[in-house]
Amino acid sequence: MAKLTIGCFSSLVGSMTLDFAVKLAEAAVKKGHEVDLWLSGNATMLGKTRQSNFRDYSYLAGTVEELIKTGKFQVTICEACGKARGIDKEDVFEGVKIHSMDWYLASAFSADRVFHIGGE
Amino acid sequence: MAIKKFAFIVEKLPYKSETSRLALTHAIASQTVEIYLEDGDNVEPVIAFIGDGVLNMLKGQKALDIYGVTSLEMHIKNALLLDLRVLVCKEDLDRYGLTEDDIVMDAEEIGGELTTEVVPYEKIHQEMESADHLMFF
Repeated sequence: MAKLTIGCFSSLVGSMTLDFAVKLAEAAVKKGHEVDLWLSGNATMLGKTRQSNFRDYSYLAGTVEELIKTGKFQVTICEACGKARGIDKEDVFEGVKIHSMDWYLASAFSADRVFHIGGE
Repeated sequence: MAIKKFAFIVEKLPYKSETSRLALTHAIASQTVEIYLEDGDNVEPVIAFIGDGVLNMLKGQKALDIYGVTSLEMHIKNALLLDLRVLVCKEDLDRYGLTEDDIVMDAEEIGGELTTEVVPYEKIHQEMESADHLMFF
């Protein structure tokens, strides 16, 4: 089985790119692969607690929580991007990690494949 | 022990979004990636500006004065100071009527020794081909 690192920079609401990234991660984990999901820029919103599940807006927290439980999925938000948006350790749901940008590069270093999905 | 080459390719405009800044800060983060890696492993970064992205390289940016944020110009100088290779597509500079006089070519005033490389797109393509991982911003 392989390791996939996905970097996503697009917002949770206002773009479907993050939806695609999470669906891709879900498909890879279901096939038995390991996935690191790096969230930078507006994508850091995905780690935020107290997201509401409205039909008109993307809701990915539930899927991400289930993926974390598999033990094959890590989701990490960019520390600086998060702090700039008022997102700190106490603002993310359980299992979401916070690291600086070099963590993403290290994850990419050891990945078999990297999908870097840029921002808007 | 391995060195992996990461190519950071920037084609987004400066300041319209934070994308090009994130490209630079992620590329600069390669300077500290070793703390997460095995002894002897490291990342070799190269950052290249193509298309509209060449406008990030313009000299005389006033982002700090106007928006209160560090300019892309300063981030590029920091990259050069840290010996990151910075490439700019010559054809795209020509398309905008820009020359080396218009863009950040060095970081001499802060002690940088490396200079910007203005190169044909073919050279940037070769860099992408030889990279282990490509990050397109």
